[in-house]
Amino acid sequence: MSFPLFILGVLTVAGAVAAMTLRNLIHCVLSLAVSFVGVAMLFLRLGAEFVGFAQILVYVGAVAILIVFAILLTRSGGVEPKPFLNSQWWIGLAIAIAVFGSLAVAIVGSKDLTSVALAEKTAPVKQIGIELMTRYVLPLEVIGLLLTAAMLGAVIIAWQEGDRK
Amino acid sequence: MLGTGLIKGMGETARNFFGSYVDKDRLPTQEYPEVPAQLKENTRQFPILVFDGEDPDKGLRCVSCQICEKECPPKCIYIVKSKDKKPDFLGKPQIYPATFDIDLSVCMSCGICAEVCPFEAIFMDTEFEIATADRFGGLLANREQLAKPNSHLQKIHPTMAKEIDDRRADASVKAAAKAKADAESKAKAAAAEAAKPKSEPPPPTPASTAPVAS
Amino acid sequence: MSLTSLAAPILANADQFLVDGKHAVIAWLVHFLPVAWQDVITGGLSILLTIAPITIGFATLFALSTWLERKGLGRIQNRMGPNRVGLPFLPWKLYGLGQPMADGIKMLIKEDIVPRNADKVLHFIAPVALLVPAFLAFSVIPYGDGMVPINLDAGLLFFFAIGASTELLVFCAGWASRNKYALLGSMRAIAQMISYELPLIISTFSVIMAVGSLSLVAIVDAQAGGLAHWHVFTPWGIAGFILFFIASLAEANRSPFDIPEGESEIIAGHLIEYSGFKYALFFMAEYLGMFAMGGLAISLFLGGYHAPFAFLEGWVPGLVWFVGKLLVMIAMFIWVRGTMPRLRMDQLMNFAWKFMLPMSLLVVVAAGLWRFVGGGWVGWLICGGLIVAPYLALSRGLFKARHWAKREYRYAD
Repeated sequence: MSFPLFILGVLTVAGAVAAMTLRNLIHCVLSLAVSFVGVAMLFLRLGAEFVGFAQILVYVGAVAILIVFAILLTRSGGVEPKPFLNSQWWIGLAIAIAVFGSLAVAIVGSKDLTSVALAEKTAPVKQIGIELMTRYVLPLEVIGLLLTAAMLGAVIIAWQEGDRK
Repeated sequence: MLGTGLIKGMGETARNFFGSYVDKDRLPTQEYPEVPAQLKENTRQFPILVFDGEDPDKGLRCVSCQICEKECPPKCIYIVKSKDKKPDFLGKPQIYPATFDIDLSVCMSCGICAEVCPFEAIFMDTEFEIATADRFGGLLANREQLAKPNSHLQKIHPTMAKEIDDRRADASVKAAAKAKADAESKAKAAAAEAAKPKSEPPPPTPASTAPVAS
Repeated sequence: MSLTSLAAPILANADQFLVDGKHAVIAWLVHFLPVAWQDVITGGLSILLTIAPITIGFATLFALSTWLERKGLGRIQNRMGPNRVGLPFLPWKLYGLGQPMADGIKMLIKEDIVPRNADKVLHFIAPVALLVPAFLAFSVIPYGDGMVPINLDAGLLFFFAIGASTELLVFCAGWASRNKYALLGSMRAIAQMISYELPLIISTFSVIMAVGSLSLVAIVDAQAGGLAHWHVFTPWGIAGFILFFIASLAEANRSPFDIPEGESEIIAGHLIEYSGFKYALFFMAEYLGMFAMGGLAISLFLGGYHAPFAFLEGWVPGLVWFVGKLLVMIAMFIWVRGTMPRLRMDQLMNFAWKFMLPMSLLVVVAAGLWRFVGGGWVGWLICGGLIVAPYLALSRGLFKARHWAKREYRYAD
């Protein structure tokens, strides 16, 4: 485990833990953004440039702001601190351990896992584009359809809001 | 078409930008301390008292009528009349101000004192660089400090000063002519009286020769 | 040896004077070190000597552009800009070139007021962290031949990703002040930045399609050879450049899109509670963002560091052309600021979504058609028509479709 990877891991996990434990909701969102950046840097470390930058562009640039708007619009009147652990915390702990355990067993025991930390060559963007247009064109079109549906839904909701007298 | 207004606007600003280097009209800035302030003729700052001729004591036009003191809105003028009289430009004896103080820190440059003065004695100066560090009397101007010669008035308000000078010149000519005519008629009357014999009763004093103030 | 033969090798490599200089400095410095450390120190020195000139250069350009802006706006408004401040303790006025220095000192010595209820950590971090994307964006722009700090394969995407992360920090700034108006201002700022990001990014799709790569070095290389090869002299290039220019004005919160920091609108919006040096940092981040967008516009549309004519290439360094073009872009930014009044928030949003987004999509289609038709006057006719006709129709239609709604009062229940 190389030193930079260790640092990135600590950053990501610390951001996620802070997002769960901080009292102020906006602080939670910002530490979530930090963990997004950590994930993006992990992508970069693996040589996936396009995915890493897209992660920053989409997650930090749009999703984090979306979450912030959602918090501000639904919790007007300040953010109230909640207690850290509620009464069923041990059920949550058990489920979390079960999920983590199964994932860890699956990942560590998989055949594709090698010990090379850095990819030898990075995937050029052109290659990603070609793959998207030839081999993965169906998922691309389905995603486009999904996004269109989401946009139409947003337009319809806003329309009704404006029509309502 | 959308955008033509914007393009025209950009052209106008470009014309302003390049024009400001070549055209005086497009850069009317005066760099003040290096260039003296170019003031218009009807600029008004603080009042001055005007005197004719060289000597401020003899030629001061102010006759201490105290109209400006009464009309001044913030009451910044303080006048004390003199006990004696001295002749004005028409020759009539007039009282003069023994004390004429204006508190320039109170004066609000409204110009009412200059408007109401019937003797053309007080005018608004154009001097504004009077700042001083002495706040206990540095801006209290007395009669000597306020007195400025007529030549100064001609410099700062040329048309107004010319018009006033013409009027006063006419008036003084008329007064001189009248005084001469009066002196002549008086001399004639005295000569006629001297030439008459003593027995005749003296003719009644003619009321028609009462002098009319000009 | 005559002067020309002495000068020839220098002129031949004049383009690379900075790169050669850097290598020479590293070689000289490494001399003094023990052999065991030489490799590591060489790497570190190389990075440092690449980053330091960029940082110092753009910070100096920031100071210079504040001076340029004040003088330029002054002349446009029929007055002189600042012309009194020269060097400290010296009698020469130098046309006011010392003004940025005086402004910097003023900002530094101002009292740093933090509101009592403010979120202290966020209040401190927001302006500092806002500089990070601003400086990172300079790392993928090619300033000359072989003078790009990082040659990323997805350089353009990196640039836009960095720009997008600015928005979260703007929100941080507004939120941390615990001020209703600061929050409102930062919401409006975020809405503006998000709205204009779409036309910004989509108008660059045409360039990416024409070149076939996301790497800025490849895009600049595709414009080598003089004015005819620059992207701005194609129908989609002109429209794309104009759209990119307008969108970058909006991204940098610059007039006529400076609602978020308008003094008379919302008293500096998300910057209300910041004073002194933090305000200067925000200001600096805005200007640096402007320079980065200008540099990107140059690389995408104006031929990067290439000379306008092929015979000038090589012996006049590419950096000179780049800086010259950047100064032209800055002059255009200042010119637009001096000309146009501020847009109202709803006018701004309408402009972005109803006008610029359809136009940028049309530019993408026109760029694709240009490839198929092949250029030449047929290409100009078709692609130009494809852009101009909808522009006329859209502008006429949007103008006519403005309806003045009856004012509605909604009371809080």
